[in-house]
Amino acid sequence: MKKNNDLDLDFTDRLMDFQVSRREFIKIAGGGIFIFMTIGDIPIWAQQRRDRPSLPTDFNAFLQINEDGRVACFTGKIEMGQGIVTSLAQMLADELDVALDSVDMVMGDTDLCPWDMGTFGSMSTRFFGPPLRAAGAEGRQILVELAAEHLNRPVDQLLTENGMVYDRSDREKKVTYAQLARGKKISRHASGKVPLKTPDQFKIMGDPILRRDALEKVTGRAKYAADIQLPGMLYARILRPPSHDAKRIAVDLSEVQQIEGIQVIEDKDLIAVLHHSPDFAEKALSKIKASYDTPKSDLNEVTIFDHLLKVAPEGELVAENGDIQKGKKEASMVFEQIYLDGYKAHAPIEPHGAVVNVEGDKVTIWPSSQTPFRVKDEVAEALGISSNNVRVISPFLGGGFGGKTRNLQVIEAARLSKLTGKPIQVAWTRQEEFFYDSFRPAAIVKINSGLDKNGQTCFWDYHVFYAGERGSQHFYSIPNSSTVYYGSGWGGGPGTHPFATGAWRAPANNTNTFARESQIDIMAAAAGVDPVEFRRQNLTDKKMRSVLEAAADKFNWKPATAPSKRGYGVACGIDAGTSVAMMVEVDVDRETGKVMVKRVVCAQDMGLAINPQGATIQMEGCITMGLGYALAEDLRFSGGQIHDHNFDTYEIPRFSWLPKIETVIIDAKNETPQGGGEPAIITVGGAIANAIYDAIGVRMFQLPMTPARIKDSMAKG
Amino acid sequence: MKELITFNLNRKPVELNLDRDRILLWVLRTDLGLTGTKYGCGESYCGACTVLVDDEALRSCQITLNDIQNRSVVTIEGLANNGELHPLQKAFMENDALQCGYCTPGMIMNAYALLKKNPDPTEKQIMEGMEENLCRCGAYKRIVEAIQAAARVMGGFEHEKK
Ligand code: FES
Ligand code: FES
Repeated sequence: MKKNNDLDLDFTDRLMDFQVSRREFIKIAGGGIFIFMTIGDIPIWAQQRRDRPSLPTDFNAFLQINEDGRVACFTGKIEMGQGIVTSLAQMLADELDVALDSVDMVMGDTDLCPWDMGTFGSMSTRFFGPPLRAAGAEGRQILVELAAEHLNRPVDQLLTENGMVYDRSDREKKVTYAQLARGKKISRHASGKVPLKTPDQFKIMGDPILRRDALEKVTGRAKYAADIQLPGMLYARILRPPSHDAKRIAVDLSEVQQIEGIQVIEDKDLIAVLHHSPDFAEKALSKIKASYDTPKSDLNEVTIFDHLLKVAPEGELVAENGDIQKGKKEASMVFEQIYLDGYKAHAPIEPHGAVVNVEGDKVTIWPSSQTPFRVKDEVAEALGISSNNVRVISPFLGGGFGGKTRNLQVIEAARLSKLTGKPIQVAWTRQEEFFYDSFRPAAIVKINSGLDKNGQTCFWDYHVFYAGERGSQHFYSIPNSSTVYYGSGWGGGPGTHPFATGAWRAPANNTNTFARESQIDIMAAAAGVDPVEFRRQNLTDKKMRSVLEAAADKFNWKPATAPSKRGYGVACGIDAGTSVAMMVEVDVDRETGKVMVKRVVCAQDMGLAINPQGATIQMEGCITMGLGYALAEDLRFSGGQIHDHNFDTYEIPRFSWLPKIETVIIDAKNETPQGGGEPAIITVGGAIANAIYDAIGVRMFQLPMTPARIKDSMAKG
Repeated sequence: MKELITFNLNRKPVELNLDRDRILLWVLRTDLGLTGTKYGCGESYCGACTVLVDDEALRSCQITLNDIQNRSVVTIEGLANNGELHPLQKAFMENDALQCGYCTPGMIMNAYALLKKNPDPTEKQIMEGMEENLCRCGAYKRIVEAIQAAARVMGGFEHEKK
């Protein structure tokens, strides 16, 4: 494999043709010191597949201290805006005592990096962080041992700094990591026994650091999938049905086949036009005449909820404590409510794209995918070849949010490349993106809860349909409660959703938190207690209490029973191990029903924040993105036909929506790092719903809380 | 029908022999290999494809070669001058005004035209001027801060000095 300079990606060529054993692997990978690490459990099937990945499978990331002193970290994770290209390097640099810029991150290349299941679920820092740090610490220890020999000093006399080992008492006695690694071939599996640095020893972790990918991104040099151009590459445009349930009955290709320079491909279900300019392909596509049979459907964004309740599977218990029946008997006030949430699009500004080059039996792929290793397997299967012949190289991702775990576009490009023998680019149009997205599922939450005569919550009976389990469990101290979920929110059998559904930033938790926190507020108002105070009274969870207090402090929350007309709202939630409390201030225009969120305060306890600046930015991103699902985003459809094709009708947050955002990250340096890319989005819907009630005394039971819905609810009183 | 199209691109004269109704976005990205200008929606709603035409921010998905004949086009690749980043580019980096970075080129080009017209904008004017550029990652807050910072460096922001 030649270094491909035109693509401007990091194509390290020395590790090609891996053998399976680790010893062999070291031989090929060259000199230096290798530390392997295992993150979580490697699934059995990944180890045992006959078609195993070409790298050894007993680890899923490794680092290399090179003979030139540079450090490289190889991981199958990808960078999609969440900033791990920076935070992972920070951890490593700190544990190893090297400068941040001497760390190279090699990410998402299936030939260079060991197997990884994908980048989602706020897992990168949480699960990857500890073993990565352990590997760094282990590497540092090896270097110190080597230096002890080299300098002829005992290990405890040595200290490390900036890629060097020194003698404590005589700093003139020193040796660089490069010198120590030179000519060595040392490999170790991180034992996890070497102690990690304590927070007071951090030099890089915990400090705000600017993004390492920023320069590429402000100069236009950063490559995303559709920016990859190979010699002879053709752009494909594909014939699409008008509806997910449409059957093609006739197609007329005669006109398009006449167009000069256009190649028409017809292969089973797939009809595509190819050209070396995408705009010509686009024009040609419009010359295809096709007719379809589309079954009539009564399903739409209004009727979907009844339908889903009808087809819902058996419920599964998430958690229970005490005895609901007993709690009901003790209740002096009972609250029974239904909450609804519509479908949402991921709508990253970069639509799905892929370039695939099939050359003989070798396949190289540049996809916009959160799951490069899954791409490798899916393409191998689609083409009927061994996955050993497939290499996936991950470019930058223009946003994922869960939507790029599905890789249909890659399969399309792979099939077309195989059929034509040419490199093919498939880049979806915005309309295709709105059609083939795996939408956040429409969902229903039914809650029945009660207060006893002392105003304490005495029972909580929670049923969530199709949102999924994540975040469904409450964290309040309620003596009798039960949480049941129906349908996972991932897909759903035939006859459930009219199109694909899947994980959307903090899957399930946005819906669950909206419902739970609205219900808590309803009870607080009925009890005549300030909503923050009511939560405090019902909370024993220390972590949650502390974020709630931190948010109240920052917000300067003054107790009052809702509706206080101030437009203040609060919501709490837990996601990916992180506790969040959010307070918002809104203005509701009674004429138009329009909500303006003026201020958002969000406090979050995410354990050790590796890159606080990065974490803050993720929180701001969550809050801003959350305004969309709370106030506007609602996919419109009739059966399998999607009516939203672009950002004109599917509104996402824009500059003018921007509230004043203040964030607090609880200093929890001694705790394990938790997820940071998703938690702060979960509370946005609930906090705004509660603030609307506080402003105008009207309770909103359905997301999004559009002006029309608010006016409607106002009219109903 | 192919014709000779002449214009200035990133301060250099360019001659292309192409159909004059070709969409500028695709000519930039494919014929000229300048992939910094992004496709986001193709219908003028997102601003990811924004370029400067005679210092005015235009959506390259909506204009053809015909519209730029004999005019001067600047893309994100041409904003740095002799290797020196434009103050906006620096400010976007320093203020962390990006996450996935996909909207970034369009944001910067739009901000450039905004500051050209109004070197001394208020926060509200920045928001209004940027309103039609979308960022799904939600970097708006820092984009506004970056534009303010760049305006200061570029000598604007008189209203702050008063
Ligand atoms: S791609 Fe041109 S405005 Fe969206
Ligand atoms: S930074 Fe991702 S769309 Fe703006």
